[in-house]
Amino acid sequence: MSVLIFIDINEEGTVKKTSLEALTYGSKLAQQLSVPAEGVVLAPVTEDLAALGKYGVTTIHQVQQEALKHFDAQAYSSAIAQVAEKTGATVLVFSNNTDGKALAPRLSARLKAGLVSGAVALPEAGAGFTVKKSVFSGKAFANIKINTPVKIITLNPNAFPVEPGEGAANVVPAEVSVSAPKVKVVSVNRQTADVPLAEAERVVSGGRGMKGPENWGILEDLAAALNAALACSRPVADAHWRPHNEHVGQTGGAIAPNLYVAVGISGAIQHLAGVNRSKVIVVINKDPEAPFFKAADYGIVGDLFEVVPKLTEAIKQFKS
Amino acid sequence: MKILVCISKTPDTTAKIAFTDNNTKFDTAGVQWIINPNDEYYALVRAIELKEADASAVIHLVNVGGAESDAIIRKALALGGDEAIRVNAENLDSFGIASQIAHVAKENGYDLIFLGKETIDYNGSSVGGMVAELLDLPYISLATKFELNGTTATVTREIEGGEEICEVQLPVVVSCNKGMAEQRIPNMRGIMAARTKPLKVVEPVAADALTEIETFALPPAKAGVKLVEPDNVQELVRLLHEEAKVI
Repeated sequence: MSVLIFIDINEEGTVKKTSLEALTYGSKLAQQLSVPAEGVVLAPVTEDLAALGKYGVTTIHQVQQEALKHFDAQAYSSAIAQVAEKTGATVLVFSNNTDGKALAPRLSARLKAGLVSGAVALPEAGAGFTVKKSVFSGKAFANIKINTPVKIITLNPNAFPVEPGEGAANVVPAEVSVSAPKVKVVSVNRQTADVPLAEAERVVSGGRGMKGPENWGILEDLAAALNAALACSRPVADAHWRPHNEHVGQTGGAIAPNLYVAVGISGAIQHLAGVNRSKVIVVINKDPEAPFFKAADYGIVGDLFEVVPKLTEAIKQFKS
Repeated sequence: MKILVCISKTPDTTAKIAFTDNNTKFDTAGVQWIINPNDEYYALVRAIELKEADASAVIHLVNVGGAESDAIIRKALALGGDEAIRVNAENLDSFGIASQIAHVAKENGYDLIFLGKETIDYNGSSVGGMVAELLDLPYISLATKFELNGTTATVTREIEGGEEICEVQLPVVVSCNKGMAEQRIPNMRGIMAARTKPLKVVEPVAADALTEIETFALPPAKAGVKLVEPDNVQELVRLLHEEAKVI
């Protein structure tokens, strides 16, 4: 028996931050269940995998095959299933990121293992195995019991802190048999070299109040000062002021950063549904009746074109 | 080409979220039901666009739910679906729903299976991957573009901080994301035509429940916004550092 954690790798071969969260979460869960925490990695890695032992994993199963060079949900889930079966894993942990969302459901169907996606806390393993997750677009939580011997959890980004400790993992090669991927990756386009939006701990977001794409410079400056990712509301993406991948909200991306700064966004319910899991919300808007102020922790009622540059300067001064 | 679009019934975005029976059931009193926006705006509309480019294409809709789903199914038919299948089952978990969809898909044979990236109620993002696995088909999640050339699909999918362009041979299961298509409004002709389009009700096949919802809870109420004067942004920085501890 073990908890097996999927270690997700960036294109450049480094471990994704969301995987460090999953490793910490899976290791705490393994402690709770008194079983070892183990990792599985499929893509080429440029980092020292043994060093991931500081997040609590004792063994990392490394699969190195040409067929797994690029992400393919079918081939990847087949490889993970084989490692899970060989190691007798009873809980599989993924990040609820783009790859985890594709892999965990396939494995759930393949292993007939109950899946809770988007967990926000460690399971209650005492009586049964119940996992808390966010539902109704962040407007409620559900406690979901997994009824199967093998269980799968995907962890929401930023829902669990990364806690490095001491130790080194034993990295062992794992042999699996996988068919050639049916999905051929033609190209990968990174639209930002900065922190990906879904993983970002701080996000600066702009709405229609920005008046046009030419004004985004002041938000970029604020984001740079805060080391934050950039986002936008739906009308902004629909007007092609910003790319679709920056749209946060119910039909865009859902995010849960520690700090969300909403600039010139009124706070329609559809927008709130994508950002209401943010720990701290700051709203800057000249309309004191903007509904977003009701969901905010801190607010400034004022002209964003005056407030934002001053705030950027104040943050720079604070940091220096 | 046969396309299957999976549609789910979800509470309207503005619906009040409350629970009954000791917080074990969603309170449906006064709730208006809609087609899950990700299924409608992106999956269904992109399927309609593909049909507009290929007159021989046929769009089937599948919904797993009770008779109260019929209204949203008729709306999807009004938008451009050709016929619908409702699997008469309620309160299934994701695996139960995926099992029903996979059974319908096996019975009828489709080149393409589209669904939204997630439902806005349970936010699982699970059914598409499960259907693909049950059918042993490739799965592309979070697709933002889908182009077809014969039996080869070129699909752009969202990844962290960017996008990936993939090629895959049909049949394939695709979960659809913003960017695939733009929302459409049904017209009167579509609404009239939808009344006579076939809506077949079938009984569910046996499927295990792998999970069950024990209880719901609402998040704690917010303390209220703390306003800072616009000419005193240093105070906001102080609060974010000392009080909120986020910078």
